[in-house]
Amino acid sequence: MLIVTVAGVRSKSRSAAAPAAEESSAPLRPLEETETYDLPAFKTHRMDLDSLPTSTTASGAQLQEYFESMYRMRRMETKADELYMTGHVRGFCHLYNGQEAVAVGVEAAVTYEDYLITAYRNHCQQLARGDTVEGVLSELTGRVTGCSGGKGGSMHLYKPENRYFGGNGIVGAQGPLGTGLAFAAKYGGTRNIAITMFGDGAANQGQIFEALNMAQLWRLPIIFMCENNRYGMGTSTARAAASGDFYTRGDYAAGLYIDGMNVLSVREGIAYAAERCRTGEGPVYVEMDTYRYKGHSISDQGTGYRTTDEVQSMKASRDPIDQVKTMLIDGGWATLQSLKGVERSLRKQVDAAVEFAKKAPEPPPEHLWKDVLSPSASGESVVRGTLVTTGGKVGTPL
Amino acid sequence: MSKIFMFDALRAATDEEMAKDPTVCVIGEDVGHYGGSYKVTKDLHSKYGDLRVLDTPIAENSFTGMAIGAAITGLRPIVEGMNMSFLLLAFNQISNNAGMLRYTSGGNFTLPLVIRGPGGVGRQLGAEHSQRLEAYFQAIPGLKIVACSTPYNAKGLLKSAIRDNNPVVFFEHVLLYNLQEEIPQEEYFLPLNKVEFVRKGKDITILTYSRMRHHVIQALPALLKEGYDPEVIDLISLKPLDIDSISISVKKTHKVLIVEECMKTAGIGAELIAQINEYLFDELDAPVVRLSSQDIPTPYNGSLEQATVIQPSQIVDSVKSIITSVKAIIT
Repeated sequence: MLIVTVAGVRSKSRSAAAPAAEESSAPLRPLEETETYDLPAFKTHRMDLDSLPTSTTASGAQLQEYFESMYRMRRMETKADELYMTGHVRGFCHLYNGQEAVAVGVEAAVTYEDYLITAYRNHCQQLARGDTVEGVLSELTGRVTGCSGGKGGSMHLYKPENRYFGGNGIVGAQGPLGTGLAFAAKYGGTRNIAITMFGDGAANQGQIFEALNMAQLWRLPIIFMCENNRYGMGTSTARAAASGDFYTRGDYAAGLYIDGMNVLSVREGIAYAAERCRTGEGPVYVEMDTYRYKGHSISDQGTGYRTTDEVQSMKASRDPIDQVKTMLIDGGWATLQSLKGVERSLRKQVDAAVEFAKKAPEPPPEHLWKDVLSPSASGESVVRGTLVTTGGKVGTPL
Repeated sequence: MSKIFMFDALRAATDEEMAKDPTVCVIGEDVGHYGGSYKVTKDLHSKYGDLRVLDTPIAENSFTGMAIGAAITGLRPIVEGMNMSFLLLAFNQISNNAGMLRYTSGGNFTLPLVIRGPGGVGRQLGAEHSQRLEAYFQAIPGLKIVACSTPYNAKGLLKSAIRDNNPVVFFEHVLLYNLQEEIPQEEYFLPLNKVEFVRKGKDITILTYSRMRHHVIQALPALLKEGYDPEVIDLISLKPLDIDSISISVKKTHKVLIVEECMKTAGIGAELIAQINEYLFDELDAPVVRLSSQDIPTPYNGSLEQATVIQPSQIVDSVKSIITSVKAIIT
């Protein structure tokens, strides 16, 4: 439970014990109380728009959780940017600033029994699927404490025990993989679904259409979720896609357009699509209308192909974190002060994780050969080129 | 023992493993209702149903990727490429996903997947349907590659491949499906990483695989008649190469001839010679010779097609030439 903070007294996170605090303003509303919010309009394709909710209820506790998750994500990404600029993170680093409501809203709608897979802009999915900021950042800094032992990097984060399958570097290739997750869900006779995320650029990949065809044919329980953040790398959707109405591009498959900057909208839209999948009706092509504040990756300034006005106006009018903050304050569950306290606390947590990521040990040299193959009956688990050795000398009888 | 066609041996392996393990499934074009274009999956669909013997649309990239996605959740799919050529469309999935997911996840995933199908030069099928992809895949880390060549080894190898927890690319040959052989009734497995000694000998080590094994065997009578004593080794495992067994042979014969169906350039032989050079240079009395297919797209015309691949008479000539040249040095 969040405890009211007063200047000079540190606020605690939800899980910590709370000392009594001197209050400088009226008591805050109990977090279990709820409000009802109008949802921005959905758009549907081959689905009845009227069966989608026009409003939803949320408690202070839920909004609090969404706020903390999104803020933590925003801070983590900002720190990842700094780590990259100071040379601690190398290679490619694709930041999620602005898109946090998608990651958080999805998890509010489904469980870890459901499968999730996405492309390379995936640090926040790793967090949303249960990893720690330490696990994510130390993978980015290439340390053995990283979620992939330092051998994957930014684009290859995984949390298999919570059914998160990465973290994929090749645009669109996760489409068929996600179809395989849905196939496995159906094969096992479960009601689980697979959410397969990709961007507006990947939406033009042939394999997405191939995967859609199979999913519709076999009624696989899959949500193909296009995060339309308006730009591939430096090419806008207008210059890459013959149709910018991504939610209709499933053609014979049902489609759903969701305001991806509104976490409640994401939650309700995905919950609806997920239930439809669970009943065996087949795939839903979801378009998340979202926006990335940063460039495609850190090596992209993000300014050559769009105006700073556009970025600023998105931040000012549709920022997902600001939307939830407003709901919390207007709902009486928090004040600007109290939220600043939470932000301070989360920043401290993320800062500590950054220090951890900078100092954690590198993988030892022998990890170079580790996990190329899984152990098998023939015993070899070390491979050098095409040579198999069982530790003996070449030419000795086996 | 019972006499069985190669395609039946492969089918029996698949059937036995599917019966034992409900997570084993088959994914590919026309594998189900049609019975498989080479009959390897004939009647399996009526036994196991549409989901476990899945007829796919013509979308190699995606159904291979789908199989990989299923494998990382714990299913054990067998992907059939109607012709291995078509799997070039799935190269990204095979190389970047099947080959890499275990490593880039720091060991978080196991990928029990078999990708099988026929390749090789057939009877005037045209260049695009006469591909040999073994060497293209051989460089990919994270894969195992085997090439079967007889009904006996096909069955034992496929059962092992299905049980292996790694992605195994399993090469069959278009012209070998109608081979017949007696195989044991009892269940048997063959190791994925060991050669098969076809014939023991002491004069020269002939390394071969797949259809060329049979061309080597066809060359034997002429060689034996003239008193040559070749040791014939079917590589079976193309990745990893069983260099340990190969070296036992080379230390005995000191001469190596490679007979392969892939193109000469960057072929299986190229990698073999490099490894023999690294490990067995001092054992050699002569440079390693490789007989490979021409570096050309396979022509349609029958005689030209025959000239594309190595024929038994060329093998005879080469063995004689190598042994004679070594004798000349020694004497």
